[in-house]
Amino acid sequence: MQLTNRSKVVVDKKMTFMERIYIPAILGGMRITLSHLFKKKATIQYPEQQREFSFVYRGKHILKRDEQGRENCTACGLCAVSCPAEAITIIADERKKGEEHLYREEKYASLYEINMLRCIFCGLCEEACPKDAVYLTEELVPAQYNRKDFIYGKDKLVQPLGTSAHPKTYKPYKK
Amino acid sequence: MEIPVEIPVEFLIEKTIIVVAVFTISLVIAMYSTYAERKVSALLQDRIGPNRAGPFGLLQPLADGVKFFMKEEIIPSSANKALFILGPSIAMMTACLTGAVIPWGSYLEIEGKHIALQVTDINIGVLYIFAVVSIGVYGVMIGGWASNNKFSLMGAIRASSQMISYEIAMGLSIIALIMTTGTLSIGEIVQQQTTDFWNIVYQPLGFFIFMVCSFAECNRTPFDLPECEAELVGGYHTEYSSMKLGLYLFAEYINMFISSAVMSAFYFGGYDIPYIETLGLDQNVVTILGSMFFFTKIVLFIFLFMWVRWTLPRFRYDQLMNLGWKIMIPMAIVNIIITGTCILLF
Repeated sequence: MQLTNRSKVVVDKKMTFMERIYIPAILGGMRITLSHLFKKKATIQYPEQQREFSFVYRGKHILKRDEQGRENCTACGLCAVSCPAEAITIIADERKKGEEHLYREEKYASLYEINMLRCIFCGLCEEACPKDAVYLTEELVPAQYNRKDFIYGKDKLVQPLGTSAHPKTYKPYKK
Repeated sequence: MEIPVEIPVEFLIEKTIIVVAVFTISLVIAMYSTYAERKVSALLQDRIGPNRAGPFGLLQPLADGVKFFMKEEIIPSSANKALFILGPSIAMMTACLTGAVIPWGSYLEIEGKHIALQVTDINIGVLYIFAVVSIGVYGVMIGGWASNNKFSLMGAIRASSQMISYEIAMGLSIIALIMTTGTLSIGEIVQQQTTDFWNIVYQPLGFFIFMVCSFAECNRTPFDLPECEAELVGGYHTEYSSMKLGLYLFAEYINMFISSAVMSAFYFGGYDIPYIETLGLDQNVVTILGSMFFFTKIVLFIFLFMWVRWTLPRFRYDQLMNLGWKIMIPMAIVNIIITGTCILLF
């Protein structure tokens, strides 16, 4: 079945003299490389110039707070279950009296760790979360010297107090 | 017995200045060839190339040099230490020596004295160049041998067999040139071209063979088998580090500069600007313009070296030998016969 007209029949025919001395072919190749000398360059001067991320880019995770600054996460564990790389560790705890301003529900995650070396940034945790708590942002996960520095705890994951859902880094997913 | 030779002080000073100038210029040009190589390769591949160190990355060669000096110097414990150090020294020394017989310009007239812009115009300049270049093979060979490493030795063997086979074709192509010019002195070869046509008119085939062979002599693509990274790790300099490696790489660029100079002196009139004598300019101005013209040609040839490198893939070893022995040498011999016939007839 012919799909395109671009297919070429390969023949092993004997080369003519002009083909065998290769010089026309070499000159042709050199003409092509020379023409690239004047082409527009593909380089982006990275630290000064940055390309915009794709709208659906998935980077470092964030654990969201609601409008009153309370953590959304209720430690249901669905993200950890859905994670194909088994990167998420959660330990749940009960909300004590007087902590209502910190946690939205009666149960919260006292430990929430994501191993960034295991994480494949597939976004399934975000899909699984019923409480609107975990999102993948546009932030990058930087390189570290030690493996244990890649295990991000709540200190690095929870949205800082007083910040709103920043359109750039804490992007809203599905509007 | 002491032979009383009187060397005038002026002569010594004059030559010292020229020697230092030639040495410095070839080093600086080689230095900036490394920059140009990276820049040209980048531009041919739609990239930008080094542009961080200084304006347009012009300080990049200095940064590379500093890096080479700061790197840890490793001499393998199984290596032959003396030879290991001798290898890069020979490579660098022979690369620098060739510049001595190349006429970098006509003569300057200072207070009635004629100062030739050439370190020495020995009457066997062509032979001298060939002698020095063939010693350069030892640098590679000794380096590869002393490393005590299979890959280095393989690279060194490839390099030396390649250089030796292409030297024959190169020498034969030069014989035809010598037949037409009738002299072995490079100064005279260039001098003849100032009054006559450039030698490229008489020796187009000879020039082509010479050019291809100098690509092979300089270990440049498509003949860069000695250091093919893919198969031989690094070739003869696999075990080298720090400035010893730098010397090898640097020697390659000096060789490239010198062979560009030789090609433009032999076949493209050296410092000759056609019809400049009709303008009636002062001798010094003509000389300076001529030297600048000479360096322009050299730069164009260096660009050609790089352009070819970033266009063509590498030969296979048997193809390389086929080309050298079965095509280049017969072609050079045919060229000699044609030249001889023409000299007899005309």
